Amino acid sequence: MTATLSEPAAVGEVPTFDVTLRIRRFTPETHGDEAYWQEFTIQAHGTDRLLDALHKAKWDVDGSLSFRRSCAHGVCGSDAMRINGRNRLACKTLLKDLDPEKPITVEPIKGLPVIKDLIVDMEPFFASYREIMPFLVSESQKPTKERLQSAEQRERFDDTTKCILCAACTSSCPVFWTDGQYFGPAAIVNAHRFIFDSRDDAGAQRLEILNDKEGVWRCRTIFNCTEACPRGIEVTKAIQEVKRAMVTRAY
Amino acid sequence: MTTIDAPRSPRMTRTTRRTTRGNVEMVGWLFMRISGVVLVVLIFGHLFVNLVAGEGITGINFGFVAGKWADLRWQIWDLLMLWLAMIHGANGVRTIINDYAEKDSTRLVLKVLLLTAFVTTVVLGTLVIFTFDPCPAGSPADLLPSFCTA
Ligand code: FES
Repeated sequence: MTATLSEPAAVGEVPTFDVTLRIRRFTPETHGDEAYWQEFTIQAHGTDRLLDALHKAKWDVDGSLSFRRSCAHGVCGSDAMRINGRNRLACKTLLKDLDPEKPITVEPIKGLPVIKDLIVDMEPFFASYREIMPFLVSESQKPTKERLQSAEQRERFDDTTKCILCAACTSSCPVFWTDGQYFGPAAIVNAHRFIFDSRDDAGAQRLEILNDKEGVWRCRTIFNCTEACPRGIEVTKAIQEVKRAMVTRAY
Repeated sequence: MTTIDAPRSPRMTRTTRRTTRGNVEMVGWLFMRISGVVLVVLIFGHLFVNLVAGEGITGINFGFVAGKWADLRWQIWDLLMLWLAMIHGANGVRTIINDYAEKDSTRLVLKVLLLTAFVTTVVLGTLVIFTFDPCPAGSPADLLPSFCTA
């Protein structure tokens, strides 16, 4: 067998291309109270993520461009944004997967008040999160060692422990867009994490909180949240499990 | 092009926390699932009997419907179908209004309209099913069901 390499020098070489970012900006201090679109054309590499392109735009072109990011590796949940109309983490989105031929639109996540450019006020989101009591509540005698749990018991809520509170799910939910009073998928996911934890004793209390008029019953099973979650949590399924727990508790 | 709506005002903290086992929303949600399943049976049964069985679609006329409603079982079937479908549909529209009507006044007007349409249809439909006269006097006999004698 003869292998022919046309360009031996190109092996392992990363392609370089120009990419256009179309960014939704909101800068009241210089551009008034209306949001507007600004395009940045920058040079990027095949291995770059959208976050790298945003950095380039901010560092080399326009320093006033604002966005949140911290870990840059999909762990902290700071940089959820609407990329080509879908909620994703900028640090987990490769440019080459976004079709860099066309301009890439980047907007802040929807349904939360925009503070500046891609930065939104997360307070309403965290207010919901706090309401479901996202901490272990144990009424039983404090054990001298760890609180033991079997692998099966841990498995029961494993999926919902993965949440990084990036708000990609909640801000992709049409019910949340139209009514910010709704708890939103993220709060329900984090309630699920404790409701189905065998060590926790406040499951009933959390179910009662989520039984609110603005609680789980506002979920319309749209699946936007499951699609948006950068951690691959089956958000809609978790919400249905909470609903089922409520129904079985009531009857 | 996609645009983003103006930012909404921040969420108010809930003042009245409801600590209840069941509530209207839960009952509504459950009702939608259960009535949905029952309606599938009722509606497809209805369609089959009316459009496929026997003479099929050509058999439908006044006599056919009158004959059905002279039978208590069909009365119950149709009554159940009417009520379940109307409550199921009205509740669905109610949730849509709740989701999409932004102003309280819009919501109120839409809900009053919905309730009016619901009550009218259900009352009228129920009345027809129970007070239906299969053999109105003075009608040509070939249009009436076979059991009419006069
Ligand atoms: S920067 Fe931390 S998740 Fe993207």
